[in-house]
Amino acid sequence: MIAELTLFAFLLVIAVTIARMRNLFTAAMLSAIFSLLSAGLFTLMDAVDVAFTEAAVGAGISTVLILGALARIPRHELKQRPQVMPFLVVVLTGAALLYGIVDMPSYGDPEAPIHQHLAPEYIAGTANDFEIPNIVTAILGSYRGYDTFGEVVVVFTAAVGVLLLLADRRPRRRAPKSEL
Amino acid sequence: MQEPKHFGAVDPERVRRTLRPQPMHRKVIVRVVSKALIPYILLFGLYVQFHGDFGPGGGFQAGAIFAAGLVLYGLIYGIRPLRQAVPGRVLERLFAGGVLLYGGTGLASFLRGGNFLDYGVLLYDPIHARHEGLLLIELGVGLTVACVLTSIFYAFASWSPED
Repeated sequence: MIAELTLFAFLLVIAVTIARMRNLFTAAMLSAIFSLLSAGLFTLMDAVDVAFTEAAVGAGISTVLILGALARIPRHELKQRPQVMPFLVVVLTGAALLYGIVDMPSYGDPEAPIHQHLAPEYIAGTANDFEIPNIVTAILGSYRGYDTFGEVVVVFTAAVGVLLLLADRRPRRRAPKSEL
Repeated sequence: MQEPKHFGAVDPERVRRTLRPQPMHRKVIVRVVSKALIPYILLFGLYVQFHGDFGPGGGFQAGAIFAAGLVLYGLIYGIRPLRQAVPGRVLERLFAGGVLLYGGTGLASFLRGGNFLDYGVLLYDPIHARHEGLLLIELGVGLTVACVLTSIFYAFASWSPED
């Protein structure tokens, strides 16, 4: 419990620091640390696959991509006046989320609806149908295979969109044919 | 005879040269550390890919790790050597191939009399077949994610606002 609270405190401090940070390079590094700490938090909550994804995507590839983007823009964010409206929106959203938490089942409650519906079937099925220890892989790959296929298609579509917008698609100049 | 400089003497010109902003490949710590780490990042990506049934991870994480290794290489040694090793055209074919591999595995089980993406009918032993089917579709996911992320990096790296 103490470890979780410490990590949450660190996350809060880092989030506030990122919001106040003008140096974009430092902000990128801090957001990588934020991801790494969230990964640690997920590990403490026994969600290793989620933790792994957070570490690989949040701390890994997105930091590297942000660094690549930073190489082409100025190092510092422009100074601007503090704005009231965005702050109000953020505070209201946060308050709504906190209000919503009250209705959620308490952490790790085995009686929670999400543990009652399909999960027992999946847990029993993975041992019988696959004989592999990682239930998450069996769920993602097979029980929820359609969803994962959809996700892969979404990733594919995103890439096609980005490449259509950004990639250099000018036709290459061919070597001029020698005139006879 | 010139007096030899004692060990630890500070040469101001040298300090100035070291502190000057340099391109990534001139920074010796970044270069040496990344050169030692990148092969292991790629290897770890492959491990996560093919070990996703026994440990945490799977195609998506493996693809992200593999792409992070490639993009790191591109950031430090320049995009040109990376493009020579992994050309953009190959990436585009591979990420389409990953989607086709996933869909193809589903279609194969459909053609063998099962439901779409029901891998149990692919081989004689259903348990074995489901296991192999999982590995195949994870390979498709990994290929797509790794190649998509690297292509997006290429697109950003070669984009210039003047065009």
